[in-house]
Amino acid sequence: MSAADFVVNAAGRRVPRVVNGVEQVPYQGVGAYRPEGARHGPPIRSCCDYPANGDKRVADLKTALQKCGLRDGMTISTHHHLRNGDRVALMALQAAAELGVKDLRWFPSASFPCHEPVMELMDRGVVQRIEGSMNGPLGEYTSHGKMRGMGVLRSHGGRWQAVQDGEVRIDIAVIAAPTADPFGNADGSHGPSACGSLGFALVDSLYADHTIVVTDNLVPFPCIPWQIQGNNVDHVVVVDSIGDPSKIVSGTTQITKSPDRVLIAEYVARFLRDAGIMRDGFSFQAGAGGIALAFVQFLKDMMKEAGVRARFVRGGSTQFLVDLLNEGLTDYILDGQTFDLAGVASIASDPRHVATSPFTSYNYHGKGNFASMVDAAVLGATEVDVDFNANVNTHSDGVLLHGIGGWQNCLFSGCTILAVPAFRDRIPVIVDRVATLTGPGELIDVVVTERGIAINPRRTDLLEAVKGSTLPIRTIEEIKAEVEGIMGGKPEPPRLTDTPVAVIKWVDGTVIDTVWKVEELP
Amino acid sequence: MKRAVHHSIGGEGGGAGDDAVTSGMSTPSGTGEAGRRGEDVRSDCWASVEVSSEGGTHLELTSKVEAMFGASLRADIARTLESAGLAHARVRVEDQGAVPWVLGARLEAALVRAGIAPVGDLRPPRTAPDPPATARDRLRRSRLYLPGNEPKFMINAGLHAPDAVILDLEDSVHPGEKDAARLLVRNALRSVDFKGAERMVRINQLPLGLEDLDAVVPEAPDVILVPKVERADEVVAVHERIQERRRDAGVGTPVWIMPILESAQGIENAYAIAAAADTVVALTIGVEDYTADLGIVKTPEGTETVWARSRLVNAAKAAGVQAIDSVFGDVADEEGLLDWGRQSRAMGFEGMGCIHPRQIRIIHEAFAPSGTEIERALAIVAAFHDANAKGLGVVSLGTKMIDRPVVLRAQRLVARARAAGLIPPEVEAGEGDSGRSEA
Repeated sequence: MSAADFVVNAAGRRVPRVVNGVEQVPYQGVGAYRPEGARHGPPIRSCCDYPANGDKRVADLKTALQKCGLRDGMTISTHHHLRNGDRVALMALQAAAELGVKDLRWFPSASFPCHEPVMELMDRGVVQRIEGSMNGPLGEYTSHGKMRGMGVLRSHGGRWQAVQDGEVRIDIAVIAAPTADPFGNADGSHGPSACGSLGFALVDSLYADHTIVVTDNLVPFPCIPWQIQGNNVDHVVVVDSIGDPSKIVSGTTQITKSPDRVLIAEYVARFLRDAGIMRDGFSFQAGAGGIALAFVQFLKDMMKEAGVRARFVRGGSTQFLVDLLNEGLTDYILDGQTFDLAGVASIASDPRHVATSPFTSYNYHGKGNFASMVDAAVLGATEVDVDFNANVNTHSDGVLLHGIGGWQNCLFSGCTILAVPAFRDRIPVIVDRVATLTGPGELIDVVVTERGIAINPRRTDLLEAVKGSTLPIRTIEEIKAEVEGIMGGKPEPPRLTDTPVAVIKWVDGTVIDTVWKVEELP
Repeated sequence: MKRAVHHSIGGEGGGAGDDAVTSGMSTPSGTGEAGRRGEDVRSDCWASVEVSSEGGTHLELTSKVEAMFGASLRADIARTLESAGLAHARVRVEDQGAVPWVLGARLEAALVRAGIAPVGDLRPPRTAPDPPATARDRLRRSRLYLPGNEPKFMINAGLHAPDAVILDLEDSVHPGEKDAARLLVRNALRSVDFKGAERMVRINQLPLGLEDLDAVVPEAPDVILVPKVERADEVVAVHERIQERRRDAGVGTPVWIMPILESAQGIENAYAIAAAADTVVALTIGVEDYTADLGIVKTPEGTETVWARSRLVNAAKAAGVQAIDSVFGDVADEEGLLDWGRQSRAMGFEGMGCIHPRQIRIIHEAFAPSGTEIERALAIVAAFHDANAKGLGVVSLGTKMIDRPVVLRAQRLVARARAAGLIPPEVEAGEGDSGRSEA
């Protein structure tokens, strides 16, 4: 690609004009871009083409894919509610390989280490590219330029947006269902592979040309409750097992034991209290990372002490959020995904524990979404720079590491807190400039490290609110200087080539940054 | 764990180790290695040196931070080899994210083990802030043990705000790693900001401990912990060696001594040990070794050590030094620690050891005077100043006359509570200078 193929976007990042043959809109700033026109619509269907008795079962996945008209170059979507225990994505792509198709676009809501065999399918030309997250080995594969097409990383909300505005047309959605009936109604809260909410698959069922439900727990109609409506489903496939339960949800979720991370978690909770965010009727979002779980424990004690109750908590639900619900410290859990057995049991039985989707929580094309209504979100990052810009996608050396998840969407909360160690071994986290820009600093309000808390100077209200608190409030430059002192200087910038291997989409579908092929080290 | 191949210096009770550090013979074909290698290693590295007679130096480096610090690592290694005066060698380094002073300590240990007598100063530049001299009767509620050969725990130790950190060269260090730990602890004292925690070093039992002093005293630690002390003359030996090394290195700040009594004989000689040198600031007890010495079982309630601990408190107070309790071994039992700490305070101890950062806050809570105690002490101190202002010889509070020792105790408690942050700055009890002296 030549220089003319790139443009510098509003964040100062060089991004390709065209990605996989599709012209792109460079990032224009927060809230600046509003695409026009009508939403994408799937083809009109007629019920007379479907079995009147409601039995849509077919023999196997291969048959279902054939009936959906699978051919070269199509887009197959899958979802990550079975997390690292998922068997369905590989089953679908391998069935497609057996049917001899090539050049597929795989459109997962996220990938996990269990999807490593997709590399072999990419080597064989079955899969041309991944538009989703590229973690671990898939990230290495992509970063070393081995994927033929360019990767596209989207947030959970951005995935819904891309489907809705027609940027991504899903030919065949394959939905793993812990429970389903022959009509295609499906739910995630029961069955041997129960996982909680199926919210990530909802958009596919609404907008894909064809939808296949794959289950290992078929029940007679009706499957109650249903989160996926059978009226949107073409075929149902019954298999022995959709996933490895031990890797779908953890038996118990582990809180971090690292004293440094516990300290960060405590600072987060104290910040929420001292800044006045923790008050009656407030709301917050907590993930399942070690620090996020630990901060909930500290906050819980502070809430009890102050006699404060939350209106709702958004998760990533775990035992720890379920305890808040059961102890009357929150009225509701609005659950995006369910991480442990306690979470699954609660969502299946407690009407106050509600399954949500990226539509309600995050979608850019919705008439509002929940993310901006949450008082505080506590998130992680691999790097944060002195302008509060953050990177969750690549290592400091530029190699793809993680997907975006709901991270970008959560930045719209009333107070976005990044809870991160200031450095990991000899890898600084607080840096001059992030290797990859995932989220703009103007949306990141507070960075909490074990070496102090930095408040974005834009948030004069927060700076004012914690005046007089005993918290270690410092500037981000001070923390960075301290880290550089310990590391023995500034790190060298990542060694990258001029070949783009993936792009990072902003929540509105514009391109916020590029992931470059890394230089091969000697 | 990899250890020295040829020159394993130190060793249990060995006396020859330090000679090798300062004047080790240069064997042209010597080899040495130090540090840790493997995927699980964090914030540390492994270095090996194979000295040869010709061909220059060859470096083989692998590092998980190659992309970020590759050039810096190579420059640091080259500088160290040059300072060591090493011209011909094969040098291998496997780095798992070691910061420069850790890399320096590992490489230096490998060089020394290979028989190289460094011609120049291999110490890292002093980057840690110069902490102010610590007071004899400083607040010493918590002291956090840090294994002397484990760099990853040292870097962030100060963030957990213990009153002191102990860089341990004794029980937590394998006998074959004493030389490497000594270099690591020396470098840590020069490089790590412990955020105001008092910097203590636990040396080995004498005579090896005296060699530890040669390495660490020039770096101006605040307190030396001497393990398994049984007689006053051991303290005298440590005191004299410290003063010699302080003079040689021009250390201006005091280096205090805290003997650890860990045997029946040590407890019997407690007073003599506490009074053996004017640099002794505290006595402490090692309950694990003490119960072993008595051949009795240590229980969670600790009734079997009540006499020894009381004896130690009494001896310490008689000699005018602090009495500090042992560690509480069960990190998960926070309730048990709190109870132990409260009982310990009631016995007259002023602090305890910590084996995990999460014990620090609980210990501070256990050793904190209660709100009622603080209020009463503030009232007594205020009454004292009131009486002084009015020129009265007798201090009274309500209808009670207050004796002089009670005033002194109240002043002391107010000062302690203030140092611990238990009295807001705006509260002025009107206490005099004596009350502020140790805050």
